[in-house]
Amino acid sequence: MSGKRLVIVDYGMGNLRSVQKAFESQGHAAEVSSSPAQVASASHLVLPGVGAFQDAIANLRASGLAEPVLEHLRAERPFLGICLGLQLLFERGHEDGTHEGLGFIAGEVVRFAKQPELIVPHMGWNTVEHGPAAQQPGSLMGSVKPGEYFYFVHSYLAKPTDPSVVSLVCDYGGPFTAAISRGNCHATQFHPEKSQGAGAALLNAFAKLG
Amino acid sequence: MLSKRIIPCLDVDRGRVVKGTNFQDLRDAGDPVEVARRYEADGADELVFLDISASHEGRDILVEVVKRVAEQVFMPLTVGGGIRTLEDVTRLIQAGAEKVSINSAAVTDPGLVSAVAKRFGCCATVVNIDPKRVRKPDGSVIWEVHTQGGRKPTGLNALDWAIEVERLGAGEIILTSMDADGTRAGYDVEMTKAVAKRVNVPVVASGGAGNPGHLLAVFRDTKASAALAASIFHYGEFPVPVTKRFLADHGICIRI
Repeated sequence: MSGKRLVIVDYGMGNLRSVQKAFESQGHAAEVSSSPAQVASASHLVLPGVGAFQDAIANLRASGLAEPVLEHLRAERPFLGICLGLQLLFERGHEDGTHEGLGFIAGEVVRFAKQPELIVPHMGWNTVEHGPAAQQPGSLMGSVKPGEYFYFVHSYLAKPTDPSVVSLVCDYGGPFTAAISRGNCHATQFHPEKSQGAGAALLNAFAKLG
Repeated sequence: MLSKRIIPCLDVDRGRVVKGTNFQDLRDAGDPVEVARRYEADGADELVFLDISASHEGRDILVEVVKRVAEQVFMPLTVGGGIRTLEDVTRLIQAGAEKVSINSAAVTDPGLVSAVAKRFGCCATVVNIDPKRVRKPDGSVIWEVHTQGGRKPTGLNALDWAIEVERLGAGEIILTSMDADGTRAGYDVEMTKAVAKRVNVPVVASGGAGNPGHLLAVFRDTKASAALAASIFHYGEFPVPVTKRFLADHGICIRI
């Protein structure tokens, strides 16, 4: 692998142009690609996604992209999942039945528990705090200022089996996983590409990893 | 804590923002990209583009506008106005809209709401509800859903329709009072309260905002998750930062 190559995985789940433009606004070239070979050649991989868990994992597998994505993760190269791209890392998602995810992070993706007064989807700007995985020196999510606002829009959330992978925590009807980090694998439940300056700073820091 | 959202609404006709925008330093106050950028700099939490062009040509231009805005503005964008088919929705989402807002077509073709929710998720599916107070022959007053800018009564009670659109898959409701809209005399707090209490999805209060106190009233007295406004921001009387500071000073959770 020679030099930096940031690739955004296109597997038919939503518009990826805003993610690409957000990287470009920070001075980083970013390719959007649906080619397994191109994805395999990335130094930095971004897995975005909006929509349903089931469609997303099916598309990822059918397009032959699941394998290079997993290969990238196993090789511990810099990875950033966004929203559904975080949820897909887990073993199982419980949206419209139970579906197997990539299984890279142990745990489940479940709907916000029913509570009176809790409005779902969780939609809008919410603050995050550091989780255990943000405490390590040089941690990507450790660069996020505690109390910073990010834009969330989701009805499902990730529950890691091992809580030490949680790097950012948000509170909505109780604390939940806003981001996970393990080695060079990072993923956010919020949308950095829609989070104005705070999001741009995080994407910039990710692109500079490694 | 989840903050209450402040959402400027821009009317777009054939690719241009219409109605005044009083940003001093804009080169071109009619260019949606410039206006959107300015609202981003002002700390608006989201933007709504409402397409008011009637023609097909206008709709093609809108898709281009959405594309240009989404490439340059890093905040959520909802696009509504005249959406009839899944194809309309697909083009707008592919152009970079986070959410699409369905109004009249939700009434005439409720299956469209479900189809959009299934294809793009409920988080991308917004339904506009435009009620007007109507006195029934038996003397009772209901909030009756209207379409076509308040001209056409549908016979639907807004309280029931809100529950139905949630069931169909809407992830958000923009609730515009046809009585309050354009008056600048305040939101219809009573109606917003009644509708927001009935549903479990976010409700955006809309119609009637004339000053920051009106936003305060709707946040203090109802479960509304967001407040949408046009003229108070466009004419520069109460810019977004001034409005947000006022709300925060009055104890509303606001992203400053």
